[in-house]
Amino acid sequence: MAEPGRVPGLDLDNVGRASWWQRGLFASQSAYVSLALVAVVIGMSLASQNFLTAGNISNVAQNFSFIAIATLGITLVIITGGIDLSVGSVMCFAAIISAMTMTALSDGSIAPWLITTVDGKPAAAVPGLIVALSILAGLAVSLVIGLANGFAIARLGLSPFVTTLGMLSIVRGLCYVVTNGRGSFPSGPDADLFYAITAGRVGPLPMSFVYLVGLAIVMAIVLHHTAWGRHVFALGGNEKAAELTGVPVGRVKIQVYVLSALAAGLNGIIVSGWLGSAPANMANSYELNIIAAAVIGGANLAGGIGGPLGAIVGCILLEVIRNGLVLAQVSSYWQQTLVGCIIVLAVLVDRLRTRGP
Amino acid sequence: MALLELSGISKSFGPIKALSDVDFAVGRGEIVGLMGDNGAGKSTMVKLIAGNFPPSAGRIVLDGEAVQFHRPVEAREKGIEVVYQDLAICNNLSAAANVFLGRELKRRVGPFRFLDHRAMTRRAAELFADLKSETRPGDLVHKMSGGQRQAVAIARTRLAAAKIVLMDEPTAAISIRQVSEVLDLIRRLRDQGIAVILISHRMPDVFSVCDRVVVLRRGRKVADKPIAHSTPEEVTALITGAKETA
Ligand SMILES: Nc1ncnc2c1ncn2[C@@H]1O[C@H](COP(=O)(O)OP(=O)(O)OP(=O)(O)O)[C@@H](O)[C@H]1O
Ligand SMILES: [Mg+2]
Repeated sequence: MAEPGRVPGLDLDNVGRASWWQRGLFASQSAYVSLALVAVVIGMSLASQNFLTAGNISNVAQNFSFIAIATLGITLVIITGGIDLSVGSVMCFAAIISAMTMTALSDGSIAPWLITTVDGKPAAAVPGLIVALSILAGLAVSLVIGLANGFAIARLGLSPFVTTLGMLSIVRGLCYVVTNGRGSFPSGPDADLFYAITAGRVGPLPMSFVYLVGLAIVMAIVLHHTAWGRHVFALGGNEKAAELTGVPVGRVKIQVYVLSALAAGLNGIIVSGWLGSAPANMANSYELNIIAAAVIGGANLAGGIGGPLGAIVGCILLEVIRNGLVLAQVSSYWQQTLVGCIIVLAVLVDRLRTRGP
Repeated sequence: MALLELSGISKSFGPIKALSDVDFAVGRGEIVGLMGDNGAGKSTMVKLIAGNFPPSAGRIVLDGEAVQFHRPVEAREKGIEVVYQDLAICNNLSAAANVFLGRELKRRVGPFRFLDHRAMTRRAAELFADLKSETRPGDLVHKMSGGQRQAVAIARTRLAAAKIVLMDEPTAAISIRQVSEVLDLIRRLRDQGIAVILISHRMPDVFSVCDRVVVLRRGRKVADKPIAHSTPEEVTALITGAKETA
């Protein structure tokens, strides 16, 4: 069998091998951002005694998972050449709906048969069912929002930027409407279980980190080893060509916006477990951090490039730098400025590298 | 009976009449050269046949059956393969991925279906070798030369058993050696009974492979005759309008 990538009898003697830094894994922004991350981590551990302590590492792992699952979702959208500005609002709304559902199911105001009384205290009739239904409710509203985004963009032909900017505002408004501006709290007999599966730990690992790794692995396999994944890339590369060659362009577009909303919703529900509440201003302006993380990790806003590894590395880099600045007692006002510089720097280095000799 | 028959076809884009009342037919195993100046309506004709958009008026009959395509895939399912003028290629994908775009080869693993990278690479390599093209299946199209990109677009038409292959300037960017490979391929298609519509601005190509030449001028058909009864000079005159009709 011919070696993949080589045509039998056709060795191109004028085609040499690319330099190692322009080849394979190294040929991506994700790769050198990973290298930059390693360098930053080494630098910080030398600069601060407190950086590489178990407590701080776990802290970083917890904090970057705050936005990482949503970043995986938005990366899909960005690969198709779109953008989703509504992710921050969706995080909040999913968390609120899930907390409100849990409260309503627990005080018996809906489906009272889910609650029984044990030793004079209310208890779940079926352990875990209230949690499952609450989380599903949060994900269901995310799904609806994602469908609305996808439909407006793929079927009505609206621009992704404007559509999701509108959705950002609509959904944030709904967060205030349904809570009267107060927010809500996951409570009731199943609340402990809810906290365990959102803010708990598996051994030393935060739950959110476990979910993140699982989802990232699935996403990597789907993107690179299924026809659907290939179509996602094709959309970002040349939408017209994808259409002409029979890729179901509209359907794939709707699907990525739905997945982005679902990822944001799940992320929001997890964050509410960690915070212990879902205030109506939760995850306010997170869309900026989420997009920044995706872009730093190598997702190209022009479409066609990106992946889960880059998304995660982008999130970690943002968080490590933020954490480092805190440890170094730099004013939090500077953090925002620095994040901006890093975004531009990451994209600039990519530009220089691909243009290089 | 003609394999494909267009009658009274018109297509307007707003005020522009890209095609007006064109009749056109191709038979099995026939190679028709479609010529005309820039903007004459050649690509519009290809896109109508390929299902990119419906005609404003007129009928398309394929294999004795009136057809109305709403999407390009529907035309492809009926055996119409196309090399588009802009090639319809994704720069961020490999050559093999582009060849198989929209009809990827898959492998079943339990309930899932995964891409069969190895089979697609192998098949793409064979197709490129057939075209004598120095195109490596694993390379990103982004880095390829114009000719290699064209090979990718042409290789695509060989994936399924086609009835008609439409080629919109398939030789525009390629070397003399590869032009003759593409012309050979067109002849081989004809020998298999496949009809080919070749759009080209290159007189020698049209006169060496085509059985018939059709000339469009400003959206109207001004000539439709066997190549043996015409000359490059006459066709040139028809294209420019120096000669009104033939
Ligand atoms: N999608 C479109 N929308 C509006 N006008 C169009 C569209 N496609 C083609 N036209 C117009 O229709 C006319 C015919 O265009 P067409 O692309 O068919 O020309 P052509 O014969 O292929 O020319 P060339 O040799 O330059 O490829 C032109 O005037 C063009 O501007
Ligand atoms: Mg044209």
